[in-house]
Amino acid sequence: MSARNDRSPSERVVVSGMGWVTPLGHDLETVWAALMRGASGMAPITRFDARTFPTSFAAEVKNFDVNVLLKDPTAHAHAGINSQFALGAAVQAWRQAGLDVKTARNMRRVGIYLGAGEGVIDTPNYLAANLKAWDAQTGKTDGAKWAEIGLRILNSAGEIEQEPNMPLAHIAREFGARGPAYNCLTACAASTQAIGEAVSILRHGEADVMIAGGAHTMIHVLGVTGFNRLTALSTSKEDPCKASRPFDLTRGGFVMGEGAGMVILETLEHARARGAKPLAELIGFGSSADSYRITDIEPTGRGAAAAMLQALSQAGIDPHARGADGRPLVDYISAHGTGTKENDSIETLAVKRVFGELAREIPMSSVKSMLGHLIAAAGAVEFITCVMAIHRGMLPPTINYSNPDPECDLDYVANTPRAARVRTCLSNSFGFGGQNDTVCVTAFDE
Amino acid sequence: MSGFGIGMDPLWAGLCSGASAIRPITAFDPSGFVTTVAATILPEQLDIRSVVPKNYRKATKVMARDIEIAVAAAAAAVASAGLTTRATAEGVAPTIAPERVGCHIGAGLIPADSDELASAMLNCRDADGGFDPGEWGRAGMNNLTPLWLLKYLPNMLACHVTIIHDCQGPSNTLTCAESSGALSIGESMRVIRRGDADACLSGGGESKVSYMGLLRQTFANRLAAVPVGADGISAVRPFDPRATGTVLGEGGAILITEGFDSAKSRGAKAFAELAGFAASQCACIDTVGVDLSDAAPDIAAAIENALENAKMNASEIDAIIPLGSGILNVDAVEAKALRLVFGDRLPKIPLITLAPQIGICGAGSSALAAAVAAQCIHEQKLPARLTTSGSAALGVDADARPSCSAKISSVLVTTTGMGGQSAAIILRRPA
Repeated sequence: MSARNDRSPSERVVVSGMGWVTPLGHDLETVWAALMRGASGMAPITRFDARTFPTSFAAEVKNFDVNVLLKDPTAHAHAGINSQFALGAAVQAWRQAGLDVKTARNMRRVGIYLGAGEGVIDTPNYLAANLKAWDAQTGKTDGAKWAEIGLRILNSAGEIEQEPNMPLAHIAREFGARGPAYNCLTACAASTQAIGEAVSILRHGEADVMIAGGAHTMIHVLGVTGFNRLTALSTSKEDPCKASRPFDLTRGGFVMGEGAGMVILETLEHARARGAKPLAELIGFGSSADSYRITDIEPTGRGAAAAMLQALSQAGIDPHARGADGRPLVDYISAHGTGTKENDSIETLAVKRVFGELAREIPMSSVKSMLGHLIAAAGAVEFITCVMAIHRGMLPPTINYSNPDPECDLDYVANTPRAARVRTCLSNSFGFGGQNDTVCVTAFDE
Repeated sequence: MSGFGIGMDPLWAGLCSGASAIRPITAFDPSGFVTTVAATILPEQLDIRSVVPKNYRKATKVMARDIEIAVAAAAAAVASAGLTTRATAEGVAPTIAPERVGCHIGAGLIPADSDELASAMLNCRDADGGFDPGEWGRAGMNNLTPLWLLKYLPNMLACHVTIIHDCQGPSNTLTCAESSGALSIGESMRVIRRGDADACLSGGGESKVSYMGLLRQTFANRLAAVPVGADGISAVRPFDPRATGTVLGEGGAILITEGFDSAKSRGAKAFAELAGFAASQCACIDTVGVDLSDAAPDIAAAIENALENAKMNASEIDAIIPLGSGILNVDAVEAKALRLVFGDRLPKIPLITLAPQIGICGAGSSALAAAVAAQCIHEQKLPARLTTSGSAALGVDADARPSCSAKISSVLVTTTGMGGQSAAIILRRPA
């Protein structure tokens, strides 16, 4: 018997709703179907003129209008792009969960934990203020001039919207949530961490329902600049759809994506009381820090392995054990799998460190090959793909995989989706700065 | 880390003597902004290279001010707790196993350095003097150091601190404006209680003393007007019915939060017990939480849940540290929330107001409040209060008066940040 079944219904946490806004669509079925086709969301960047940038392509969200989903669009009239993505995903999840003010019962017991990114800076005006306030004689910014220009040309609502807690504020407004509210920003690990900590809040009895997930875009001048300078992005000059190549020998960096993923988590006790149908159960969460270097991942995979082991331990799963059917107890790993040289080989190493001989028997794929890297929102979207995999009995592929790398020698579900019995999954997210987070989700069983 | 210097000693001395770290901003010419003062950290108060281990000095080049604040506060906290870490003694066994030490640090939105950005972009101007992305993409961006982005990621506060002190346990960065520090401490409590760490470095740090920081606070109507030459200290008057806005500060605090068993087994001296914590989201008329006028019941809910978490009654609270910003509508809603919880007893409970002395330090402010609360319990003393008069009109005890001895068993720290996230922590005298 796994540890989760020893927990009381007030300590068991289930997923009852899911939603996402991604480069491959804005609802569960459309995106899942695209992932099952091995589609790619990459195309030349349209948000700004990136033609001369080392990287001129990304996976942008296309044709998305949040207003059609909102009760009162005027309340969100100034919502920045992250808040729009967050609202779009959260409304889908809220509806799927069948929640409203009545079924949620007590809005003070409905909390929010997001891993949402900072908003998009008003690039033309912000940079114009910096450039026009430059004093060539002193070789410094003229502060008084900067203030005069900045206060005149930058927009009040737009500036406030850049605070990372704004998607949270918009979601709270839309649903009337008044419970514990957090936003964390641990780079690429943020929304996995948000989901994990939301579970902890529910188990500690601080809330009955948590809206959890993340929203982010860094597809803007300074975002692309920052990652280009770090040489983290693919600078492929070929077909953008082939640029994200996780675990392939020729991988050359990640491709930026954008969007949001949101889930409704609640205690089993609360779900049962309102007659909700759980989609899956969250049984483990692990979080660790590499404490190694600001730029590099700890090369032995210690930190990543620690997060996975902690999640498995909480889930009551022995990584070296086999089930009655002779198979490993984990059926699928949604890899962080960014497509950078360093991440993919060290993640592979970490998985082998955790599962030993069994690692080769556990399929592990990266949907970043299709969706790009949604940065802070990546973990939540990948978590949802795990729940979909459990329900559909299908594993999403790692596309663009053709050249095996001796350092990446696991089963990456190359190029085509695969039918499989999927009960228990791990979803990994690792952030710049050494934050590692893993959640463990399993098929719901009364 | 505050405008009084590194560590609790200068802060406590400054708070008790009735001094203020509010001073004219000198890092740049602020004369075009509504305010020209802040509780800044002076260059002589913080030499980051001397704070970090020798082999880490190179990394200080990629530390924005906010990161420096967290790194300095963490060094002071580790020393104060008597912990041995990788930073204090290389090669010596740490007091607590690294994988059992977590780190939760609240952070704000860190703006890029304008001088650095503008000087890199000088050759990327269009005919109008604005930004030309074409030239920037071709060559201009190479003027930025490769690690440029890493100076400004909010999780770099925790990242540097975890590397310096080798904290390998759960680590997080909370970004909920002024509530970030308190939420971080609450998260550390939860992580320790669930058994995932024995101790955590918890708190927050921020400096909004920058062009973008001042601009955004101006847009949110939070700043008291202080023209060049005017007195900045008297400009911020928490809970004064004539208050006109706040003054910003640079600073933050890291607390070593530790499981009781861990602290006991190593014979650690506890400043205070973190007895209870809770958080809530406020109703925000304007959605984004600049206008918090309707938020009193939600702030009160966080306080009541924190009391319940501590298994305590409101009657047991001896002092309160609210945000106390001097932004009149925020002060008023805080006072209203406190009234809901403490009723008629509220005017008899001393409020501790830090803003006239160290300013409002963004994500660092509620962590500083928690550190001061612990110190009040430890010293059995209340710091001085400056500037305010007439706070009885808001139903609270916050008028100016000198520091005094007091019997303090329990202190409430309560905070509500822009965006509407509210948090409450109950600290009490260790058993």
